[in-house]
Amino acid sequence: MAEPVLTLDGVRKSFGALKVTDGVSLAVAPGELHALIGPNGAGKTTLVHQISGMLRPDTGTIRFRGADITALPPEKRARAGLARTFQITSTIASLSVLENVALSVQARATQPLALFRNAARDERLNGPAWKAVEAVGLAERAHVPAGRLSHGEKRALEIAMALTLEPAAILLDEPLAGVGREEGERLIALLKSLKGRYAMLLVEHDMEAVFALADTVSVLVYGRVIASGDPAVVRADPAVREAYLGEEG
Amino acid sequence: MSAADAIAEAPNVATPLPKRRPLFAAILFVLIALLPLAVTFGLPAHWMTLVTRAMIFAIAALSLDLILGVGGLVSFGHAAFIGIGAYATGILITEGRPEALLILPVILIACAIFGAITGAVSLRTRGVAFIMITLAFGQMAFFLAQALSAYGGDDGLTLPERSTVLGYDLFANRTRFFYVVLAALAGCYGLVSMIVASRFGRVLRASRENATRVTVTGFDVGRVRLIAYVISGMIAGLSGFFLANQTEFVSPAFMSWQRSGELIFMVVLGGTGSLHGAIVGAIAFLFAEDVLASWTEHWKAIFGPLIVLFVLFTRGGIVGILGKLAGRRDG
Repeated sequence: MAEPVLTLDGVRKSFGALKVTDGVSLAVAPGELHALIGPNGAGKTTLVHQISGMLRPDTGTIRFRGADITALPPEKRARAGLARTFQITSTIASLSVLENVALSVQARATQPLALFRNAARDERLNGPAWKAVEAVGLAERAHVPAGRLSHGEKRALEIAMALTLEPAAILLDEPLAGVGREEGERLIALLKSLKGRYAMLLVEHDMEAVFALADTVSVLVYGRVIASGDPAVVRADPAVREAYLGEEG
Repeated sequence: MSAADAIAEAPNVATPLPKRRPLFAAILFVLIALLPLAVTFGLPAHWMTLVTRAMIFAIAALSLDLILGVGGLVSFGHAAFIGIGAYATGILITEGRPEALLILPVILIACAIFGAITGAVSLRTRGVAFIMITLAFGQMAFFLAQALSAYGGDDGLTLPERSTVLGYDLFANRTRFFYVVLAALAGCYGLVSMIVASRFGRVLRASRENATRVTVTGFDVGRVRLIAYVISGMIAGLSGFFLANQTEFVSPAFMSWQRSGELIFMVVLGGTGSLHGAIVGAIAFLFAEDVLASWTEHWKAIFGPLIVLFVLFTRGGIVGILGKLAGRRDG
């Protein structure tokens, strides 16, 4: 098996007496879609925050493309090619779809903070931005302010922004949460089309989607990984059924 | 790809973006430029002084709008930069160095250093804490000026002469001074407009709305804000240079917290984040002050509630109202 892109080793995080992340170790291989499931309050989003750098683990290490990134600030992780989306969609509401994506392109440009040249007419930003907007199917909506998009479209926009970072890995925090059935199916199709090209860590509640997409499934309960492996094997695991899947029948 | 096609079919019609109106600013500058002519045809002569003063404050309000309106950082100590500019001018002229080409670089460097230090500290906080820390730094500058006993201390400093440019007495004539200030204002407006439209400006705007998103996209938001804060302070310092030259007097009151508050009012009155709004706001503020003060010495008791009502009942300030009126006529 290829060297993993992203490795977590013994990551722990406590808020007071509450152990939110209790010794999590997992690895995501290049091109692998690794799903992380678990009941509410299992610490999934907290874990994503630690991987993306918005929270610092108490102990343990996070390695990305062979380098220890445990202490790296989030903007440097993004520039290194570790992109993420949010459970609650996070875009710049007043900027258009294209501008949101161009902002993301800009982060990897040679002069990301040039002071005087006009940014809106900059083809070096708009060109790659258009490609990403088209790739996620938002071309028709390119000039609409992100705040006016539907929920599913915002998810697609976040994915477009992640893609322009030329990521080695993408963290997807519940991309299907709050999205209607029809848009959900479109998003699943979009994720399928990206599968194999990027390493992805998918945090998701929707079991149907997880078992349709994932190469590997890890189950997080009370901050611990209680099972990890092939989706079919994990689904059959009695501990998993008891802790999580059992409730859903 | 099929997924892309599927999403592209979403039945939505693109909405055009609101157009920026550089036209508005151009009309504004032309109207201001015609004032000296209008005065010869009978407008009150003291309007020349009043509008010159308004333009000087407009430079400061414009610089504040860059961090407040565009960057979302409510600085309550912005008058400190005006004070630094004014005191650098006053002290150098007193020491027999009225040359503007010497004074201006000194002001820009001094404001950049003050901005870098105070910004590095205050930008660690947000919201009310940021307001309080910038206020505290503003007050520090105020008390420092009061303690400058060699340069008038509490009483302020009367300038023996005005600045010269390459030895030429450019500011002696009132009309000439008016046009120099207008040119400086137009130049600052152009500069700030360019910055707002640049890559840097896009990041600054975006970080006001959603700093987390900007961070995970790969930008150091703190650094972007600090750069904006320093640029803003340097421009405000420039207005201090003109203020000292107009009044031929410098005092600690130039950097009082009330003055910082007035600058915020000017920006809000005109319409935050629009840039030309800051200019309109500064002019409206000084005219309102002038008119009300001519009616009664208790004019602040009228002016205060007027501002409160204005902020409560208008969105987008004067520029917002004008924009709505223009929009209604268009459509």
